[in-house]
Amino acid sequence: MTDFRLASLRPATPALLSRRDLLRGTAALGGMAALSMALPGAARAQSGLTVGFIYVGPRDDFGYNQSHAAGAAAVKAMEGVTVVEEENVPETQDVQKSMESMINLDGATLLFPTSFGYFDPHILTLAPNNPDVRFQHCGGLWSADKHPANVGSYFGYIGMGQYLNGIAAGHASVSKKIGFVAAKPIPQVLLNINSFLLGARSVDPSITCQVIFTGEWSLAVKEAEATNALVDAGCDVITCHVDGPKVVVETAAGRGAFVCGYHADQSALAPEKYLTGAEWNWAKVYTDMVTATLAGEAIPNFVRGGLADGFIRMSPLGPAVPEAGRAQFEAVKAEIEKGGFSVIKGPLKDNQGNIVAADGEAFLETDPVLEGMGYLVEGVIGSTS
Amino acid sequence: MENDLGWWAVPLAVLGGAIRVSTPILFVSLGEMLTERSGRINLGLEGTLVFGAMAGYATAVVTGDPWAGVVLAALAGAVFGLVHGLICSMARVNDIAIGIAMMLLGTGLAFYFGKPFIQPVAPDLPSIPFGWWSDVPQVQAALNVNVLFLLGIAAALVLHWGLRSTKPGLILRVVGDSTDAARAMGLRPAVIRTMATAIGGAFAGVGGAYLSLFYPGSWNEGISSGQGLMAVALVIFARWQPINCFWAAMLFGGAGALGPALQSVGVTEGYYLFYAAPYVLTLGVLIATSSPNRALAGAPGELSITK
Amino acid sequence: MAMVEAQGTGGGAMAALRRAEPVVVPVLALLAGLVVFALFLLTQGRSPIAFFGYVWQGAFGSAFSWMNTLSRAAPLLLAALCVALPARLGLVVIGGEGAIVLGGLAAGAVALPLAGVPAVIGLPVMAACAMAVGAVWIGMAGALRHYRGVNETISSLLLAYIAIALMNHLVEGPLRDPESLNKPSTAPLDEALRVGMIPGMDVHWGLVFGAIACVLAWVLVERTRWGFAARIAGGNVRAAEVQGLPVGRLILGFTALGGACAGLAGFFEVAAVHWSANASLAAGYGYTGILIAFLARHNAIAIIPVAILLAGFDASSGLIQRRMDLPDATMQVLQGIVFMAILMSDAAYGRLPFFKAKG
Repeated sequence: MTDFRLASLRPATPALLSRRDLLRGTAALGGMAALSMALPGAARAQSGLTVGFIYVGPRDDFGYNQSHAAGAAAVKAMEGVTVVEEENVPETQDVQKSMESMINLDGATLLFPTSFGYFDPHILTLAPNNPDVRFQHCGGLWSADKHPANVGSYFGYIGMGQYLNGIAAGHASVSKKIGFVAAKPIPQVLLNINSFLLGARSVDPSITCQVIFTGEWSLAVKEAEATNALVDAGCDVITCHVDGPKVVVETAAGRGAFVCGYHADQSALAPEKYLTGAEWNWAKVYTDMVTATLAGEAIPNFVRGGLADGFIRMSPLGPAVPEAGRAQFEAVKAEIEKGGFSVIKGPLKDNQGNIVAADGEAFLETDPVLEGMGYLVEGVIGSTS
Repeated sequence: MENDLGWWAVPLAVLGGAIRVSTPILFVSLGEMLTERSGRINLGLEGTLVFGAMAGYATAVVTGDPWAGVVLAALAGAVFGLVHGLICSMARVNDIAIGIAMMLLGTGLAFYFGKPFIQPVAPDLPSIPFGWWSDVPQVQAALNVNVLFLLGIAAALVLHWGLRSTKPGLILRVVGDSTDAARAMGLRPAVIRTMATAIGGAFAGVGGAYLSLFYPGSWNEGISSGQGLMAVALVIFARWQPINCFWAAMLFGGAGALGPALQSVGVTEGYYLFYAAPYVLTLGVLIATSSPNRALAGAPGELSITK
Repeated sequence: MAMVEAQGTGGGAMAALRRAEPVVVPVLALLAGLVVFALFLLTQGRSPIAFFGYVWQGAFGSAFSWMNTLSRAAPLLLAALCVALPARLGLVVIGGEGAIVLGGLAAGAVALPLAGVPAVIGLPVMAACAMAVGAVWIGMAGALRHYRGVNETISSLLLAYIAIALMNHLVEGPLRDPESLNKPSTAPLDEALRVGMIPGMDVHWGLVFGAIACVLAWVLVERTRWGFAARIAGGNVRAAEVQGLPVGRLILGFTALGGACAGLAGFFEVAAVHWSANASLAAGYGYTGILIAFLARHNAIAIIPVAILLAGFDASSGLIQRRMDLPDATMQVLQGIVFMAILMSDAAYGRLPFFKAKG
C-alpha cells in the first residue's frame, strides 16, 4: 500500500515568489495595506472544475480521513480539476464557514464534506442558498421529500467487509472469543460489529464477540486500554471502528492477538498478525463522480456501492489465515460480489432476546433499514447505550 | 489465553492500567512540581508533552534508537521550559498566560513538524517482564513494566530526598516561598526559577516520549487527551510532594482503566460515567482532604495560582 | 516616527500618548510577533507576504470574510467572560468548557417540552435554563473554593471533564433522538425556537449578546460597588475580609456569573447553530476563552477585539491550507508566537522611550 503515503497526498507547491522577492518584500513591509496589495491570487484564475474536500480529523490518520484524502489525491491527478482541502474541521459552524469559503473564495462547485456530522444542519443550511453548488455528503441518508436537490449522499456497504473480516477471524481464533473496539453505538458501527460476529459465526457458531466503546472517534490512550482489556478478557482476534485504527492494530499485535483492519490497509503495522481488512476505495468513487460532473452529467442523489462496485475492498489475506479460511473467504467474497447476499437474515435475535429477523427474512446489503440499525445481535457482549 | 479471570480481571486491569497510563502523568507532574516549588507555574506542559511525543518519535524513526528519542524529547522539553522561564523572568509577565500561549505553540509546532512521521513505525522502548513468575497471561501483561515507569519512581524518590535534604532543594524551596528572603540570602530567584522550569520541561518531554514510544506507542495528533494539562492540575492535588505525585498519577491511571475493564467483564451500560471515574475520584479526594482553614498546606508562597 | 516627535511637544499630548500606551504596546507586540513568524516561514521556504495576504483576505478582506470572523468570535466572547470575571477576584477558572456543554444540553433538553410555545417565551426560558446550569457548574468551583478550600483551577478542570461525560451519556442514552442515527443528538428544536441571524449579517445573535455581556461585565467590574469590592478582594483576600467585604458572596457571585455567560454560549450553540444538543458542543471554545481572557488582561471590553483577532486567524486558516498547502497547525504556530509576543509586552510598559515620562 504505497498510495496512502504522505508524499502522494501532499505534492510540493512551488514557492509563489522567489527568495529575493521575499526579502525585498519583507524589507518593504509597511503595514496591512502593502500586504493586501501584494496579495497573489486575490482573484484566483479559475479554469475547469474546483472540488473541495473537508475532513474532520488530520488527513493522514491511518484511517477514515486518510482514506478520503487518498481519494482526493486521485481527483487531484485528473485533467481540468483543481482540488482544495481542509483538515481538522469540527462539526460546528466552522464547517459551514469552510464550505462557504471554498465556494466564495475558491469558486468550488462540487464539495465533499466527508464527516457524517457535517450533514444536519450544516450542509442542509447552506445548500438552499447555493443552488449552483453540489454538496456530496458521505454517509447521510438523502431523501427527495426532505432534502434539497443539490445535496447527495454516498456510502459503501463496508459491513460486508467486516463480515469477511469475521470469516478470517473465525478461522484464526483459538479462544473462540473475538473483540471489537468501537467509538460510539451508532448504526454504522453496530452494523459493523454485528457483521464481524456473524462472519465469525458462519465459521463456528459458538464464537462470541466482546465490544468495548471508547466514546470518542479518536482517543489514543483509551483505544489502547480497550484493546488491552479485550485481550485480557480472552479475545484473540481484534478489529475496530474508530477514526484511526493504528493504535488498536499495534497494541493488539503487541499483545499477540490477531487483527483485522478497518478504513485503510494497516498490514504494514503488524505483518504477521494482520489477517485482512475492510478498506474504503474512495479514489474510485470520487474520480467517477468528478468524471460525471466534468461530462455535464448529474450525479445521482443517493449513491451506494459495495465490493462489486469497487467502493470497498479487502486487504490481501495475511500469512496467519489457514488454508480452509482462505477458501471460505474467497468463496463468500465471490458470492457477495455476485449480489443477493445477506448478512442479516433470520432466524436472528439481538442480544436482549428480541427477534430482529424472523425465520426466512433476509436483509440485502442495499436495504436502507440496515442504515438505521439499533441493536447488537446475539453473541455480542456489549450494550447500545 | 483460555484463562477466564471473571471479576478478578477488573482489579488486575486497574493495576495494569495504572502502570501503563500513569507514567506520562507522573513525569509531567514531577516536572511541574519542581517548577511550582520554585514559585512559578507552567501551564504549557501539555504543549511540551505533545512536542516531546513528536520529537521523540521522529528521532526514533530517523535513528532507529528509541532512547535517542527520549533524550531528544527531554532536550526539546528543556528548551520549551527555558523559553517559558526566561520570558517569565521579565517584569510583570504573567506565567499562567505565557503557559497557555506556549501550550498552543507547542502543540502547533508538534503537529506542523509531525506530519511526515504519522505513517512510519518507530521502534518501541523496552519493557521488563516482572510477571515472569505467573503463568496467567493477564498477570504477565499487567506486570510488563516499562523502564521509564521505574525511572519515574526513582525520580520521585530522589526528588523527595533532594528537596528535603540537599542544598539545591533548600534553595529551591526558599526561592519558592519568598523572593525577598531568597534575595536576602544572596540568591538570584529569576535564574533559579528559570532553571527549575527548564528541568520541569525536560520531565514533560520525557512523558511525551513515553506516549509515542511505548504506550500507546505511536505518533498521531490525538496522542494526548489532555494528560499534560491534567498532570499540572494534579500537582495541586498532590500538595507539591513528589511521592504524592506518584500516587496521584497511579490513582488517575488506574481509574482510567476502570471503564474498559468493566465493559470487558460485561458491565456495559453507562460507560461514559465510568470513563469519568478518574475525574470524579480526584475531585472526591480533593474535597475530602481539603479544608477551608488549612487551605493548601504545602503551597509555595510565591505561587500565583494559590496566592 | 510621529510618536518620537510627540516627545518634544506639550504636556497635553504627552498625557494623551501615555493613555494610548495600553493600545500601542500590544499592537507593536503583535507586529513583532508577526515578524518572528515571518522568519519561521522563511526557514520553511514559504512566502510570508503571500501568507499574510491570505490571512488578511480570509479574515477581514471581504464582507464574507468579516462574517466568517465574527461568527467564530461569537461564542468566544462569552467563553472568555467565564474566565475574566472570576479572575477579578484572583481566581483562575479553566473549566468554562463544562458550563458551555451543560448549558447547551440544558437548552436542548428543555426545548423538547417547549415545542409549540412562541419564541418570545420559549427562547428566554431556554436561555435562562442554560445560564442557570452554567452558573451552578462554575459556581460549584467557587463554592468548593470558599467552603472547602479546594483550588478552583483544578476543580473547574475536573468538573469540565465530568460535564462532557454527563453530556455524552445523556445525549447517547436517555435524551437521544432515535432519528439522529449516526450523530447521536437530542431531538431537533421546534422551528420557532431557533435563533436566527442578525439582520443584514450572516452571524447569529450570539455575537450581539456576547458584546452586550462584555459591556455589562465591564460596567459591573469598573463602575459598581460590587466590582470595586471584587477588585480589592482580588488584590488581597485578607485585607478585604478585614474591611468586612463579603468575600464568600463575591466568590460565589462572580464564578456563577462567569458560568452563566458560558452557559449562554452553550444556549446559542444549540439554538442558533446545531438546533439540537450533541457532542459537537465540546468544541473547545471554553479553552480558547482562557487564552482570550488572559490576552485581554481580564478587561471585559478588551475581550472583544482580542476575540475578533483570534477568530480572524481561525477564519483564515482554511484559505492558508487551500492556497499554500500548509498544514492546519501553521495557524496554531502563528497564534502561539503572536500571543507570546503580546503577553511579553507587559514587560515593556513604561520602558519604551516614547512613553517614558520626563523628569
